[in-house]
Amino acid sequence: MQDLLFYFFAVLTLIFGFLVVVNPFTRSPVTSAMFLVLSIISMSGLFVMLHAFFLAAIQILVYSGAVIVLFLFVIMLMDLKEEARSTFQGIRLTFSLLLAGLFATVLIGVVLTSGLGAEPVVLTLEGSTAVLGERLFNAYIIPFEILSVLLLVGMVGVVLLSKKNLN
Amino acid sequence: MVGLEHYLVVSILLFSIGALGVMLRRNLLVIYMGLEMMLNAANLALVAFSRFNDNINGQILVFFIITVAAAEVAVGLALIVALYRRRRTTDVRELTDLKL
Repeated sequence: MQDLLFYFFAVLTLIFGFLVVVNPFTRSPVTSAMFLVLSIISMSGLFVMLHAFFLAAIQILVYSGAVIVLFLFVIMLMDLKEEARSTFQGIRLTFSLLLAGLFATVLIGVVLTSGLGAEPVVLTLEGSTAVLGERLFNAYIIPFEILSVLLLVGMVGVVLLSKKNLN
Repeated sequence: MVGLEHYLVVSILLFSIGALGVMLRRNLLVIYMGLEMMLNAANLALVAFSRFNDNINGQILVFFIITVAAAEVAVGLALIVALYRRRRTTDVRELTDLKL
């Protein structure tokens, strides 16, 4: 059952990810953003399979909630003309596919020959909110605070960048 | 039995698809989505390593990555909007100011 669920979520993640890039229905970025939402939600299913429950929730809240809404706002802010259909042809397509394929082949080869999953391990790790929160607010309290400052800096920067004239 | 290498293969394939999007597409926004997918693939690999090595620190790192990525998306999209205001386009073929 668990294995079946893994393959289900993995295939969904990859198919929707592929549809973000290829997008055979329209060339509109809105459809790409919607497929990205589906890919991210399937991926949080993979996180649940890995018992990272808190991260699965955060993934849905932050990515498919906040980030995609930002994307959609920006897309609707500008009226984009559709990308021409013929952009996928020629030497660019060949080289892009070659490069991505080579990268994937080499890395998968390394993973499969390294014997990473050879020895059976006892899986006891639970990524529950309590465990992560305990670790975050003890060992990692300084990076956590720095992160909040970073978010503030990002917010001020965005407000400044979106002003009409930057004087 | 699904093991570490299964998750790593999924992560590698997702990263390659994201990289393919960055190389193929010409719309800045879709390129940015490809970048987000590559980031997500790295997150998946980290969570898988964390689970199979019985080490919670990997998940803490993913938590930090997600937060920084949210800030990064906000700043990047603001830059794209500023660029669009100036040039009225998000097509990377027309943004060639750095070309010799």
